Amino acid sequence: MRKIAPLAGATALAICFAVSAQAETFRWARGQDATTLDPHAQNSGQNFGVLHQIYEPLVHRDQESKIVPALATSWSITSDKNVWEFKLRPNVKFHNGNAFTADDVIFSINRAKGETSDLRGLLTSVVNVTKVDDLTVRMTTEGPNPLLVNNLTNLFMMDKEWAEANNVVKAQDFKNKEENFAVRNTNGTGPYALVTREADVRTVMRANPNYWGKGQFPLKVTEIVYTPITAAGTRIAALLSGELDFVQDMPVQDITRVSQTSGLRVNLGLENRSIFLGLNAGDADIKWDDVQGKNPLGDKRVRKAMEMAINREAIKTVVMAGQSIPSGTLVPPTVHGYTKDLDAIPTWDINAAKALMTQAGYPNGFGITLHCPNNRYVNDEKICQAVVGFLGQIGVKVNLAARPMAQHSPEIQKDEVDFWLLGWGVPTYDAEYVLSFLYHSREGSRGGWNATRVKNKDMDDKIKSLTAEVDFKKRDATIAEVLKWAKDEALYIPLHNQTLAWGMKNRFNVRVQDENQLFVKYIN
Amino acid sequence: MIAFLIRRIAQAVLVMLVVGFVAFSMFRFVGDPVSIMVGQEATAADRAAMAERLGIDRPFPVQFARFVGNALNGDFGISYRVGRPVMDLIQERLPATLELALCAAMFALVFGIGAGVYTALHRDGALSHAAMTLSLIGVSLPTFLIGIGLIFLFSVELNWLPSFGRGQVVDVGGWKSGFLTQSGLRSLVLPTITLGLFQMTLIMRLVRSEMLEVLRTDYIKFARARGLHDRAIHYGHALKNTLIPVITLMGIRLGSLVAFAIITETVFQWPGVGFLFVASVQAVDVPMMASYLVLVAAFFVVVNLVVDLAYYRVDPRLRTDHATARS
Repeated sequence: MRKIAPLAGATALAICFAVSAQAETFRWARGQDATTLDPHAQNSGQNFGVLHQIYEPLVHRDQESKIVPALATSWSITSDKNVWEFKLRPNVKFHNGNAFTADDVIFSINRAKGETSDLRGLLTSVVNVTKVDDLTVRMTTEGPNPLLVNNLTNLFMMDKEWAEANNVVKAQDFKNKEENFAVRNTNGTGPYALVTREADVRTVMRANPNYWGKGQFPLKVTEIVYTPITAAGTRIAALLSGELDFVQDMPVQDITRVSQTSGLRVNLGLENRSIFLGLNAGDADIKWDDVQGKNPLGDKRVRKAMEMAINREAIKTVVMAGQSIPSGTLVPPTVHGYTKDLDAIPTWDINAAKALMTQAGYPNGFGITLHCPNNRYVNDEKICQAVVGFLGQIGVKVNLAARPMAQHSPEIQKDEVDFWLLGWGVPTYDAEYVLSFLYHSREGSRGGWNATRVKNKDMDDKIKSLTAEVDFKKRDATIAEVLKWAKDEALYIPLHNQTLAWGMKNRFNVRVQDENQLFVKYIN
Repeated sequence: MIAFLIRRIAQAVLVMLVVGFVAFSMFRFVGDPVSIMVGQEATAADRAAMAERLGIDRPFPVQFARFVGNALNGDFGISYRVGRPVMDLIQERLPATLELALCAAMFALVFGIGAGVYTALHRDGALSHAAMTLSLIGVSLPTFLIGIGLIFLFSVELNWLPSFGRGQVVDVGGWKSGFLTQSGLRSLVLPTITLGLFQMTLIMRLVRSEMLEVLRTDYIKFARARGLHDRAIHYGHALKNTLIPVITLMGIRLGSLVAFAIITETVFQWPGVGFLFVASVQAVDVPMMASYLVLVAAFFVVVNLVVDLAYYRVDPRLRTDHATARS
């Protein structure tokens, strides 16, 4: 034994050397850190950014945002339209060495459906999950759900045994006032395993030597150092000084500066998110205007006039430094249901708008308060300031009330605003998501963000039918019909789709993914 | 003495309660923490359930009473943002802030006194004029601008020093220190200057004017008449008497160095308690914000208490004044 020891040492050293010779560290910064590493505690893109390196869902959207197999190798709807079947990837091991099986899938789906999970909203249609054999599971939905896989792309799989051993069978419950073990510890199947986690400071991940995807993916990066840097100026300075390889949240004003620096590049892409103004068209009288006894926004001509008075190109060049795509619908181009016709931008025409205002009986306009977030979307408050100017030209005197999103969003949900700005991302990549939350009237899990107060029974029924319609042709026709109605009614004034800018060293030329997610395993 | 102490402590408790109350009621206007904690798909029922789990569906007086009750037992609750106990987070972050504040205080003292003495002794020197002009900049420029300026010069253009973070830290019995590694020390330079510059210029101006004052006094004239060396007069007699107000000032300013490191910490992504506070405000993390403010208030109250007690012991006039006032 003693004889072997030096030899083993030398071999280990040689292996270390071989590894370090090709080791590549990827220093990645964002504006905010993931708040927790518990995969089911928060439905937030920021958290998913880190989690996607460590944990894996059954399917995910790759760098081109196509749905590709992850822990499931294939999936399909069975002869019973209410049942989906997933074949699982064989020989997959968690970072602690446990095998990944059907039991883990059942456990994870149930955990994500649990009362304390923030992802339960994505799984409302799932009634139960059953095991067929070790590598096959079936999910039964309440009525047919043709879009089930679209909802599973951020639903990470955990190890049942590990979760039970560490008492994290449920996602964090704030009632307990205790830290949940999964907040800072992980055990995924992903390409990278967590080495250290210091919240708000640094999260280090190292390549998982037993990853199932070895040979299938480039996996060039051997170590990820993830650092949140809140101050935008500092974040860019650190990229310029070479202390970082990749900055995911680039402020628009720095794009030119960074792309002109040698050795650095900025990749641009369209984000799957629409920015728009909402209008209370349904109430008989509204609170935030200066017109007594009636609601000017209830008149379609007024809504159309407001839509025409806004110069989206000017917002793009002046406010957004070119980083936006003006839009005519709330459905971004990446989403199923989008058409060029829908996206036709209302012509900017002050005279026509004024004429419409006169026809509607408001030749001198009226006064109204616009509620706007100031810390959520790119230049959100500045966009609102521009809107104030444009609407002033047709006599609509807008009083701007900008505040943090934490104050803004509850008021939209509680119908306390009449004219507001909001952004809406579409994680399912299907128009149903937009229609269900923003156009369907408030009812159960639908219409949660719809403060237009408009209730159209016919359209509500059509939107509802989209979740269960398995005839895709028929479904597409319904989507087109509802979106057409939405555009004609002008309950919302679409402004633009946000673009994303990622700054990086030339060496890492990563394509911008429209969900703003980076998968380090694809970097070559 | 005992009566004085009891009165002081009673006042301190009252101050803490008022701060706690103000902090707690203020945060009700910051926004709804639930809206930050749940995703956009959450239904009204989901949000109500979360509010119930957090206990924020209760009336305000009940919430405040519970906060005070728990705080007395050393339980400051759990952070909404990161789901960890507030006290653990503060303990983890405090070393970073204290090390930075200590360095900034040392920097301010050494350079402030040095420059103050120099400008007092060479009143018309070119260097003195330059220092006085620069000190105006130090007093008038906002901290974040100084920080960004330093980053631009020393990190981006010259590439000498890191632009963010604490570098490598070493865990010394639970205290994570940046003093023991090269990258840790290098990371300290720019934040130290940023945080200490204002205090430095303040001390410099104070030392200068005090020194000019002292140099005019009779005992300095007598010292000169005795034929003492300039060096002995300046540093042995004048500077010693100048330092008393400086030390008093620094004692008080140390509290504000810790409390107001927020901006410096944000600019340099310095993982201290101030940075933690800013992140908490964005997420409407009420337990974290309230605890931080109470902690800072406690820090100030303790510093003031110690200063008062020290005065009481040192300065006999204070005691007699009280005695006469009482009788």
